[in-house]
Amino acid sequence: MSTILKKKRKMVQWDPADVKAQLLAKYPPKVARKRAKQIMINEALENETPEISANVRTTPGIITMRGCTYAGCKGVIMGPTRDIINLVHGPIGCSFYAWLTRRNQTDAGPDGENYMPYAFSTDMQDSDIIFGGEKKLEKAIQEAYDLFHPKSIAVFATCPVGLIGDDIHTVTKRMKEKFGDCNVYAFSCEGYKGVSQSAGHHIANNQVFRHIVGENDEVKPGKYKINLLGEYNIGGDGFEIDRVFKKCGITNIATFSGNSTYDQFASAHTADLNTVMCHRSINYVADMLETKYGIPWIKVNFISAKATSRSLRKIAEYFGDQELIDRVEAVIKEEMPAVEAARQDVLPRTEGKTAMMFVGGSRAHHYQELFSEMGMKTISAGYEFAHRDDYEGRQVLPNLTVDADSRNIEEIEVEADPTRYNPRKSPEELQAMEAAGYKFKDYDGLIPDMGKGTLVIDDLNQYEAEKLVELMKPDIFCAGIKEKYSIQKLGIPMKQLHSYDSGGPYAGFKGAVNFYKEIDRLVNSKVWSYMKAPWQENPQLSATYGWE
Amino acid sequence: MLLRHTPKEISERSALMINPAKTCQPIGAMYAALGIHGCLPHSHGSQGCCAYHRSTLTRHYKEPISAATSSFTEGASVFGGQANMLQAIENIFSVYEPDIIAVHTTCLSETIGDDLKQIRKKALTEGKIPKGKYMISASTPSYVGSHVTGFSTMVKSMAGLAESTGKKNGKVNIIPGWVEPCDMEEIKRITKMLGVSTILFPDTSGVLNGPLSGEYKMFPDGGTTIEELKATGDAIGTLALGEWCSAVAARELDTQNKVPCKVLDMPFGLKATDRFIDALRIVGGVTVADELSMERGQLVDMISDMHQYLYHKKVALVGDPDQVISMTEFLVTLDMWPTHIVTGTPGKAFEKRIREITEDLPYEVNVKAAGDMFLLHQWIKNDPVDLIIGNTYCKYIARDEDIPFVRWGFPILDRQGHQYFPTVAYKGALRLLEKILGVLLDRRDRDDSEQQFELVM
Ligand code: SF4
Ligand code: SF4
Repeated sequence: MSTILKKKRKMVQWDPADVKAQLLAKYPPKVARKRAKQIMINEALENETPEISANVRTTPGIITMRGCTYAGCKGVIMGPTRDIINLVHGPIGCSFYAWLTRRNQTDAGPDGENYMPYAFSTDMQDSDIIFGGEKKLEKAIQEAYDLFHPKSIAVFATCPVGLIGDDIHTVTKRMKEKFGDCNVYAFSCEGYKGVSQSAGHHIANNQVFRHIVGENDEVKPGKYKINLLGEYNIGGDGFEIDRVFKKCGITNIATFSGNSTYDQFASAHTADLNTVMCHRSINYVADMLETKYGIPWIKVNFISAKATSRSLRKIAEYFGDQELIDRVEAVIKEEMPAVEAARQDVLPRTEGKTAMMFVGGSRAHHYQELFSEMGMKTISAGYEFAHRDDYEGRQVLPNLTVDADSRNIEEIEVEADPTRYNPRKSPEELQAMEAAGYKFKDYDGLIPDMGKGTLVIDDLNQYEAEKLVELMKPDIFCAGIKEKYSIQKLGIPMKQLHSYDSGGPYAGFKGAVNFYKEIDRLVNSKVWSYMKAPWQENPQLSATYGWE
Repeated sequence: MLLRHTPKEISERSALMINPAKTCQPIGAMYAALGIHGCLPHSHGSQGCCAYHRSTLTRHYKEPISAATSSFTEGASVFGGQANMLQAIENIFSVYEPDIIAVHTTCLSETIGDDLKQIRKKALTEGKIPKGKYMISASTPSYVGSHVTGFSTMVKSMAGLAESTGKKNGKVNIIPGWVEPCDMEEIKRITKMLGVSTILFPDTSGVLNGPLSGEYKMFPDGGTTIEELKATGDAIGTLALGEWCSAVAARELDTQNKVPCKVLDMPFGLKATDRFIDALRIVGGVTVADELSMERGQLVDMISDMHQYLYHKKVALVGDPDQVISMTEFLVTLDMWPTHIVTGTPGKAFEKRIREITEDLPYEVNVKAAGDMFLLHQWIKNDPVDLIIGNTYCKYIARDEDIPFVRWGFPILDRQGHQYFPTVAYKGALRLLEKILGVLLDRRDRDDSEQQFELVM
């Protein structure tokens, strides 16, 4: 960008109400009314921020960023577990597209069992649609078992399966009994259920809890045992977090579900604390683990160095052991200088710049802190498939209306386990901690952390994204692969916050350093200054060469 | 080892597909529709399919892919998607203002039984499709055929826009099939060089290989215009490149508009290009420009120069039928030995064609239609090869088995150039050859002992 343009950009002034009006201007009235409720100007007034409409249907014909239930279930939650065979029951496409495209890293470990580089499908044909696909499914499960002898096979239903009425649960149950040494179960995660990926997360949570969690009672070694929920090891985030845990002496029993194994899920009930990263995708399992086994959960965030330190301290405080508290402080002290040096290095080039982010159900929130460490302000943000509690905080939960689409997603009834329920903290202990300001089961959502006059937009679509960029001229825009290149055509760098482009890890201490460098690279790249050729910048032939 | 669970011994599978060599119809329909100027593809089904197709095309082309969806929820799945589609049509024309929408179905809407033709009629009577705007549709259930079938079906729907005025316009229709934008550009360059006036459809050049200029055009400058599509009905003839991708549309123009057609192989490699140029020269009534004969000569020259590195080298090849057929022929032309050949797209005709092309080889090739990459890998384990040609997913096999690998086909997710440097025709064959030689010679440089290591190759 030439210096003239840079100066111009700094002077960009916008009025949020005007931006909102312009976003809505072109819509047919019905669409405009609906979208108006999903675009909120943040008043930054405690408890008085207006309500935002979220987790509602996408309007047909409006180019959405959202995906489907199957993507949330198979792609997000179950995809990163290496030793389960994920068999997709349906026509070929759904399986093909979810094949290795999410950048979940995995360490195949000493046993080497890793099916993640494989795609398994029943490749339904028209005869299966007409006569039913149960036989083919049964045969496919048998073939997978005979070939690989895995410890577990998970079956995922795609759109047509529900419609033709294949009873996948009966088939998997039968096969499980037949094999004896292989846990087989199914997910009714047809793409049309719910309104977004979110329904798929819920379905995955339910089935993992129902069929896997609690299968292995063996007590693992470790003094401070936790689970990390809602961390998917994209670009190695989970590896970095595990590195830090290890250094602190914290044992991670199970990650849901980055770099995970079947056995991690099966043993999750033996941990003493659940720490929740992505609230949206995994809070159901956290709740169920508490009800059934008595393990409390806390919200954590390992995106940004400060947030990482805070989360580690919060874990240490939970266990209340001086040894751990000291260890955590020592680790923070040891890790921070490198982070601070990297931050100071980029700061002069990033400070004062602005960002927008529209992803998922947690990252549009988590990454704001990382940007703020670089002196960058988030001027607009929103989720792709979150619910109101992810925006406004969990206190809105009792007032959430359950519409037809959410009602279709099963809520499983969980009770305290007759033998294994073991409250990790007594009610008195919990109360005392809460009285001292410790927060369990708590998430305040994204809105309180955003500045006054910023725009919070749910389920942003392509048209609005382009308009927002045009009107508010951020220095960087973050979303997913589908949005990447239309934004960059406008001359604004775009960072993928689902798959991280080709980067990562961005979590933890090392991740923060990587992210500072990456954003510095993006917002200061020279490429954006090459968009116009010399003859386009100065079209007039004002001077001539003297060719005498 | 990334694919460490793949056993060498091959067992019969009748229900389980592992590591597919195909994907579903709608993505092909979407790609084809992007080759119409001012067109917004629309996926009639739940939004996940559309998200997946857009993501995959975006990763391959590194370009924005716009497409809308009917966003079915459970209700639409039970009661039919007509209401969603009608609402979508209205929203699309008011918000995005395309000239045309090209709608394809998905597994879901097909299983429900939605009838797009009837929905279109209703939209027309209700005035939801503005004057001068168009909607075409294609039925693309993914439990039939593959992404190739979806492409071909949408191209056929494009041909449905043809109008016959009774007066021939002297043009030749060329249906290029599912090739890269730069391949389409290359075909246009050649027809121009020959002086044959043509209509190429679909044409994604200038759509999926656009510039970075600070401006985002949802509908870029490229693409076959609706006027051109209408004019295909008055053409003197159609050359369809690829039986799987292009023949259906060409035959449609033949029966509907009396435009005679000739179905050729896709012009990859020497001989298929020869046949294409020869056919073009004859239908166009022109003599072949010297420059083009020159390009051909250069290709032959490079083959002769480098023959020693190619001779009897064994190749595993996987991809889409039309591409793989021409590539197999090219490999035979080069005196290489295509050994294991797989396409995911069903069709026994494919296997027959491959056997014909390879019948003079001193061994019997392994060939399978409706096959998968798991089988290909097992074949390679049993009978190792010197080279693998296929899409990006082959890199897992190539790494595990330590075999040189040329990326060619769809999708290519990890390398650049396929959008910009054609592999069709003579220049394209030169590039293919360059790539093949590149990996083979790199391998020699890696493996040669210090004594044998060569400066000049
Ligand atoms: S539901 Fe059908 S159309 Fe959609 S992605 Fe899956 S295979 Fe393709
Ligand atoms: S919302 Fe974000 S963090 Fe959560 S699963 Fe999705 S991409 Fe991951």
